[in-house]
Formats: sequence, C-alpha cells, structure tokens
Amino acid sequence: MTRLRRTIRDNAVPLALISPAILIILMVVLLPLIFSFYTSFTNYRLIRPDSLWQWIGTRNYERVLGDWDFWVAFGRTVLFLTVVLNLELLFGLGLALLVNRITWGQRTMRTIMMFPMMFSPILVGFQFKYLFNDTIGLVNNGLQALGLTREAIPFLVDRWLAFFSIAFAEIWMSTSIFAILILAGLFAMPKDPIEAAKVDGCSNWQVFRHITLPFLMPFIYIAMTIRSLDVARAYDIVDVMTGGGPAGRTELLWTLIARTAYDDARMGRANAMAYVSILLSIFFTWFFFRKLMAARKHLGAF
Amino acid sequence: MSTRTKNILTWIVTFVIMLIICLPGLWIILSAFRTNGEILTKPAIWIPQNLTLDNFRAIFGYGENVVGIPVASYFRNSLVISVTSTFVAVLIGMTGGYAFARYTFPGKAATFLWLMLSRTVPGIALSLPLFIIWSRMGIIDTQFGVILVYTAINVPFTIWLTEGFFRQVPRDLNEAAQIDGCTPWQAFWKIEFPLAKSGIASAGIFAFLTSWNEYALASQLTRSTDSKTLPVGLMDFTAQFTIDWAGMCAMAVIIIVPALILTFLVQKHLIAGLTFGGVKG
Repeated sequence: MTRLRRTIRDNAVPLALISPAILIILMVVLLPLIFSFYTSFTNYRLIRPDSLWQWIGTRNYERVLGDWDFWVAFGRTVLFLTVVLNLELLFGLGLALLVNRITWGQRTMRTIMMFPMMFSPILVGFQFKYLFNDTIGLVNNGLQALGLTREAIPFLVDRWLAFFSIAFAEIWMSTSIFAILILAGLFAMPKDPIEAAKVDGCSNWQVFRHITLPFLMPFIYIAMTIRSLDVARAYDIVDVMTGGGPAGRTELLWTLIARTAYDDARMGRANAMAYVSILLSIFFTWFFFRKLMAARKHLGAF
Repeated sequence: MSTRTKNILTWIVTFVIMLIICLPGLWIILSAFRTNGEILTKPAIWIPQNLTLDNFRAIFGYGENVVGIPVASYFRNSLVISVTSTFVAVLIGMTGGYAFARYTFPGKAATFLWLMLSRTVPGIALSLPLFIIWSRMGIIDTQFGVILVYTAINVPFTIWLTEGFFRQVPRDLNEAAQIDGCTPWQAFWKIEFPLAKSGIASAGIFAFLTSWNEYALASQLTRSTDSKTLPVGLMDFTAQFTIDWAGMCAMAVIIIVPALILTFLVQKHLIAGLTFGGVKG
C-alpha cells in the first residue's frame, strides 16, 4: 500500500494530466465493452429486458461460429479489406509520384487531392448510390448516351457489381490519405542519395526500388495504421448504398451485427459477433503499428 | 519516349484522376440546384435548364414543396455536438499528450498503447453496449449522450497528434522560462503552447471532422429532433416512399460546406500534423 502511495505521489503531475483522458475512455469505451462481453454470454433480447440475466454460457459463440451467413459476411469483409487497402496503397503511391513530378499547379493539385478526405462516409455512400443508380445515375446515363449499353447496368443489385461499387466508393474516399502522406514523405526525402545512385548508373526503377521506396515505408505504414483505425467506417457506406442487401449479397460483418442487434433484437448474439469484429480491427491496427515501429527503427539507422 | 510526349502523358493522366476525384462531388452540388423533374427525366438532360434554390428552401421548411424533414434542427444538433465534443476532446487530449511527451511514469508505454487500441473498436460494435447503458441511464437521444461518446472517441487521436508536437518543442525552453521566473503554468502557456499550436489546431480539425461526419454510433444513439445529427438525418430521405434526390443533394451540400471551409483554412497544418506526429520517433 505504501509503495503504491509513493508511486502515485512521485508521479502526481503526469497522473493528474492523463487522468481525464483515462477516465472518459474507461467510462465510454472500456466499461461498456466489459458489459457487452458479459452480454455476449446471455440470451439478451431488446424486447425482453429480464433476459439480460439469463446466462447461457458460450452458446452465442457456438451459434455464431456455426452460422454460414456469418462466415460468408466474415469472408466478404476480409476480401473487401484486402482488395480495398491494397488498391488504395497502389493508387495513393501512383498519385503521389505523379503530383511530385508536376511542377506547375502542384499546390492546387494537393488541395484537390484532399477533397475526398472531408467527405463523411455517409455522403460518399450517398454520392455513389446516386451516381450508380440504374435509372437516373450519371454512370448509366453516360454509358447509354454514348451507346455503350442499351440496358441499364444494375450496379447496386448484382452481387459482384455491388461489391465493386462499394469498393469503388471506399477507394475514392481513402486513397487521398495514402497519397497525402506518401507525398509528404517524398518532400522530406533527401536528394543526395538519389543523385549519387544515378551517377553510379542505377536505372530509374532501381532508384525507386532501393532508395525511394524504403524511405517511404514509414509514411506508408502511418497511412495504413490511420486507415486501419477506421476500416469499420465502411459500415456507413454499405448501409446507405445497399443496406447489406439485396438479400444479404453485400452484407459485411458490421452490417450483419447491426441487423442482428437492432432489427432482430438479438443483442446477446450480436455482441458475440461484435467481439469478432473488434478482434479483427485490433489485429489490423496492431499489425501495421508494429510494421511502423520497425520501419522507424530502420530509418533511424541511417 | 521524348520528354515532350512524357509531359503530355503526365498531364492527361493527371487530368483524368482529378476528374474522378472532383466529378462526383460537383455532380451532387449541381443536382442540388436542379429540380427533381429534371433529374428524373429520361433520356437524361445533361445541361441544366433552370437552376433554383428551391431545394434548399424546401429542406429548411420554406417555399411550396416543404420537405417533412427538420433539417434545421439536425444542423443545430450537429453543430452543438461537434463543437462541444471537439473542445472538450482537445482540452483532455492536449493535457494527456503533454504528459506523455514530457514525463516518464510507470506503465507509460502500456497506457499509451491501451488508449490507442480503444480507438480501433468499430463504431457499430461499441454502439451495442452504449445503446443499452445509455437507455438505462436515460441519456439516449440527448445531445449530452452523443457529446460524451464523441469526446471519448476523439481523445486517443488527439493525444497521439499533440504528443508528437510537444516532443518537437525543446524541453530546455520550459526550464529556461522557469529560471527566468515563470510559473510552470506560464511556461507552458506562453512558451510551449504557441510552439505546438499547429499540431493542436490539426488535432482539433480532425476531432471536429470525426464528430461532424460520424454515422454508425449516432444512428443508434439518436432518434428524434432532440439529438439527431445531419448524417443520420440524411437517411430520413430513404425512408420515404419516393426518394427526393434533389432534396438529398441539397442536404449533402449543407453537410459538406462547413467541413470544406474548415479544411481549406488549415490544410497546411493538417499535413504537418499527420506526418510529424507519426514519423519523427
């Protein structure tokens, strides 16, 4: 006890400074999550409040893990994240290299690049729901006017087209995060090693592969870490564009949780699913954060 | 390839990319000034025949075709909730970030990691327990309930950004100021705070944008005009029998304009904030 008291007294100032932050996270994030962990072991349904005390052990988890729909949504979510994050990185890198080359109007271009970052995910979803609409959408109208297609293309109805449309919206929204951070990296890069390499006869590709890219890696990992913090924002886009439908064809893990919890009112089971989604998010963030730390160390060695 | 063709190619690619980035947003803005009749016409009318402000009048409850969606209340809720939660989150996050940058204390690394991990919890997953608890506490569908949640989700990122910026400010400055007779508080407020100002500003912008744009949590924690925010209100349109596309576009413009102005005002700080906070270890 005395040791604890001494520790607190010795660190009174920093503890006082961080306590408000810890307190509010404890109240709004940690305690609710402990509560929802408990709920995931009960048969809690919103319409029957007393069922909160009905302990059913791991039955929710067994049900969820044995549920085909859950695994389909899970697989689709992982596929979605893999496709989207890789393409965002690729396009972001390309865009940054392009803007870095341009000398005239570069400032304007950088400003325009930030444009999608300000959009709320719900707006991005609405925007592409409107553009991809089969009767009044700009894309279908354009294709028809150009004579490329007679029938409207059901962008938001067909299984794979809807997946494509949602991925397109997500990539449109988040590529700029990669582009801006990678561009910042390009600006910060010392010019000497590149010129030395060129004098020594390296090709453009060799310079990029062995000098530019290693230098950019920490910036890429920051972008990845920032992105993986809110991968679940895809929920907003899907919710407004397709609502997970038609007939569950675009259901992602997050929309499935919302449907189970609020439409089917099965809170207990939804909480069990929510834990799977939380672990997924933590895994993504942890993975990239470790890469960031390793890259930082590597860069520090120069 | 000659340098000339290379340059021309660069410009064409750049133009196409800029078009993909700009066109969707511009199309929404244009549609906000068109009539539903014109939007729905087949075959499509490409050049707008007559632009009007009726859609904006309608969603705020004026004119002939009043939309039954209280956009004005949603706007007020959004503004109150975002501004308050940003202010509190920056205050709390800044003090936290300062502590992490300047002091060593037992369990520092673990606490930092733990705070950051709290940010990864998906909104929809967090909404489940909050929905139950907020209902029982009677703060569901209140501005206070949403402000509390938004403050909490903004604190970790604010700490991360401000910590990076306070670390950039040399520690000696504070000590020198104290030797010259400043109190610790004055040393912070007069010396360190101004130097870390751009980091704090970018943290504030990020917090504001997060709150202003948030949907997953708000869609479950708000229900009526008492607390519904603009993003949640936008979905009201889809619940109606026929979708009022022009009205939705007008509301989309209302949502994007404040965010746009704010971001342009501080874009320089924004980029600096993101990179300095993260890279310089």
